[in-house]
Amino acid sequence: MAKTFKKTAALSDQHTHYCPGCTHGVIHRLVAEVIDELDVRGRAVGIAPVGCAVLAYNYFTFDFQEAAHGRAPAVATGIKRVRPDLIVFTYQGDGDLASIGMGEIIHSANRGEKFTSIFVNNTVYGMTGGQMAPTTLSDQRTTTSPSGRDVADVGMPIKVAELISALETPAYIARQSAIKPKYIVRAKKAIKKAFQYQLENRCFSLVEIVSTCPTNWGMTPIEAVKWTEESMHAYYPLGEIKTPE
Amino acid sequence: MQSEVMFAGFGGQGILLIGDIFAHAAMEEGREVAWIPSYGPEMRGGTAYCLVVTSDRPIGSPIIRNPMHLVAMNRPSLEKFAPMVKTNGVVVVNSSLIPIRADRSDVDELLVPANDIAKDLGTTKVANIVALGAFVARSKIVGFDILRQCVKAMFAAKEKLIPINLEALEQGKKVAEEA
Amino acid sequence: MGKVLMKGNEAIGEAAIKAGCFNYFAYPITPQSEVAEYLSRRMPEVGGVFLQGESEVAVGYMLFGAAGCGARVFTTSSSPGISLMSEALSYISSAQLPAVFVNIVRGGPGLGGILPSQADYFQATKGGGHGDYRLLVLAPDGVQEAVEMVMMAFPLAEKYRNPVMILGDGLIGQMMEPVEFPDHLISEPSNKDDWATSGMDTRNRKDRNLVKSLFLNAELLEEHNRFLKAKYDRMKQEEIRYESYNTDGDYKVLIVSYGIISRVCRTAIDMFKTEGLEVGMIRPQTLFPFPENAIKEAVSKSGCKAAISIELSMGQMVEDVERSVQGVCPVHWYGKAGGDVPTPEEIMGVVKPLSK
Ligand SMILES: Cc1ncc(C[n+]2csc(CCOP(=O)(O)OP(=O)(O)O)c2C)c(N)n1
Repeated sequence: MAKTFKKTAALSDQHTHYCPGCTHGVIHRLVAEVIDELDVRGRAVGIAPVGCAVLAYNYFTFDFQEAAHGRAPAVATGIKRVRPDLIVFTYQGDGDLASIGMGEIIHSANRGEKFTSIFVNNTVYGMTGGQMAPTTLSDQRTTTSPSGRDVADVGMPIKVAELISALETPAYIARQSAIKPKYIVRAKKAIKKAFQYQLENRCFSLVEIVSTCPTNWGMTPIEAVKWTEESMHAYYPLGEIKTPE
Repeated sequence: MQSEVMFAGFGGQGILLIGDIFAHAAMEEGREVAWIPSYGPEMRGGTAYCLVVTSDRPIGSPIIRNPMHLVAMNRPSLEKFAPMVKTNGVVVVNSSLIPIRADRSDVDELLVPANDIAKDLGTTKVANIVALGAFVARSKIVGFDILRQCVKAMFAAKEKLIPINLEALEQGKKVAEEA
Repeated sequence: MGKVLMKGNEAIGEAAIKAGCFNYFAYPITPQSEVAEYLSRRMPEVGGVFLQGESEVAVGYMLFGAAGCGARVFTTSSSPGISLMSEALSYISSAQLPAVFVNIVRGGPGLGGILPSQADYFQATKGGGHGDYRLLVLAPDGVQEAVEMVMMAFPLAEKYRNPVMILGDGLIGQMMEPVEFPDHLISEPSNKDDWATSGMDTRNRKDRNLVKSLFLNAELLEEHNRFLKAKYDRMKQEEIRYESYNTDGDYKVLIVSYGIISRVCRTAIDMFKTEGLEVGMIRPQTLFPFPENAIKEAVSKSGCKAAISIELSMGQMVEDVERSVQGVCPVHWYGKAGGDVPTPEEIMGVVKPLSK
């Protein structure tokens, strides 16, 4: 009988520490599958962020570096500039990438650094206990926006993929989702394209992935999927936003 | 006299809350108190615990490796902390969820089917309060009347919940007295 | 107001409000995020400002701006965040702005851990940012003292026009203890308009105010640094605070210890007493200025054979203890830096041999 499913070599055997219903695990798997399908595990280097995915390197079986909060794109820049042959990606949350690290991501993207960013948007600071993030939806309650995000006070949630698409240099920018099989299939395609463009030595690529955080949203995993589909997909439309000519 | 109580279970069982109520009761009795939680991401899904130190003198070290007493709401916390309890301490075991025993002959082990009692009262959410009632009735570290007052105060904003929590406290006390 | 049972982090937030500080900027970081969570609810209730900045780099400069225009302002963070704010601390010190920084220290270096630590002693007392500047550093040993020090910090910052840092640790932030808040508001000094960019119209000021730190002229920069030094010297004259424990009679060993670990030392000293061994302790409450004379006097007492610095780091304060003891007796060090706080028994094991 032919094998239809097997373990991905780029993923380790470790159990993840993620909460039930969190999509970090799914996204790890997609990245690992793409690395294996492109056969680049031997020259892949991941950069772990500060956030729930700080221990991501435990779940992958290739080289990884750990960055200070928000600085992953600067670390990736350093690596890729001195070793252009490596396949480099950052894996970052919304607090990490869009708040403290906004400067680094924008300038890396604008310089056209030839690495890939996997941007996990779960609308909150997961690791520190669910505080407001730049991507928290309007009126969404978090531990530092207890009566809901007041956009008159702190502005509208940032659409990172669109924002970075406004730059001329980046090669490929897409947004997909990780909550159901039909979305996950598309997310994987986008991640694969992003890495392929990197292999072709094209400029910066980023895939934003709409994700869940049931623990900090105070929802069951099923409620979280429903809320993501209804609220997040409405504000954060899925699809390719920028592709190379 | 100083005493230390370890409350332990998994996240969501209301472990920190019963530690909080107990600490309030000790404070109301005019004792010195320190409530020390486990904190950080390791709380997720794993064991949650808090330690409450009470004393009639200013509390020196709030760090205690060997607590006097233990309230264990799930199996991993009994396995982890039972060996550390001091001789003659009270060990409350939530026997609804824990099939094993402390396995020590030098402590006062009290089996409390906290989840079953709570379910009979209408919700397993009050299992923690059942265990607290049993523990205080057995250890007598704080007065039961003050404990009742502190439960009421804790749920002051959700008044509907007061009767069931007070009832849970009494049920716990009953188990302790009948054991 | 009677006693309330409060978590250190929340009590710190409330203490600032009680001290009349209604402006707070911060970025989340364990183990002190509860301050931001608490103040995100409380500041709107009292008509104050709460803003979660996009990074500690940004937050540092939000304090610069707010303090520069005359507002009473503070932030809280933990070690990696304070590293990012260190740049702003240098600028704020040079521009002579009053602002309060709370560091709920966690283990380091790098990301380190989130458990209690005192490994930022050097960073707080010897700089951290660039240039010749000093922070006035207060170190509480529990929730009640944290409250008192926060309330004290604002008038001190204003008296010296200098940032004040409160050096706590993860345990003080996370634990609950009964606290009592003195319930008076501390008024703002009226002379802020002399230097703050509060707008010339506010008091019909004729001259404009400048908040700055650039002095390209060598003489002017020299003068500026001498002025700052005089200020730090004045702190050494007027602001040293410490507590002595069991130092009235004779003792064989002097412990120097601060913050949470000093409480463990206190328990160890009590236990020694029941064994018939006398040990004394000096607990610095200000880390800068440091109680040098008090320590020198304490070790000069006949019968005192050794001093030991006990701290949650790999040996930082011990350098100041050595400086203070000036060779009068041997100075030892004991510490841990992984987040595990030593027990009284462990400390007894280290101190006992020194009494022989
Ligand atoms: C300089 C600095 N500031 C703050 C922190 C604390 N911190 C750790 S994770 C995190 C937020 C991460 O949120 P996000 O990027 O959205 O990722 P998630 O945890 O949701 O996956 C923060 C603020 C830190 N480690 N370093």
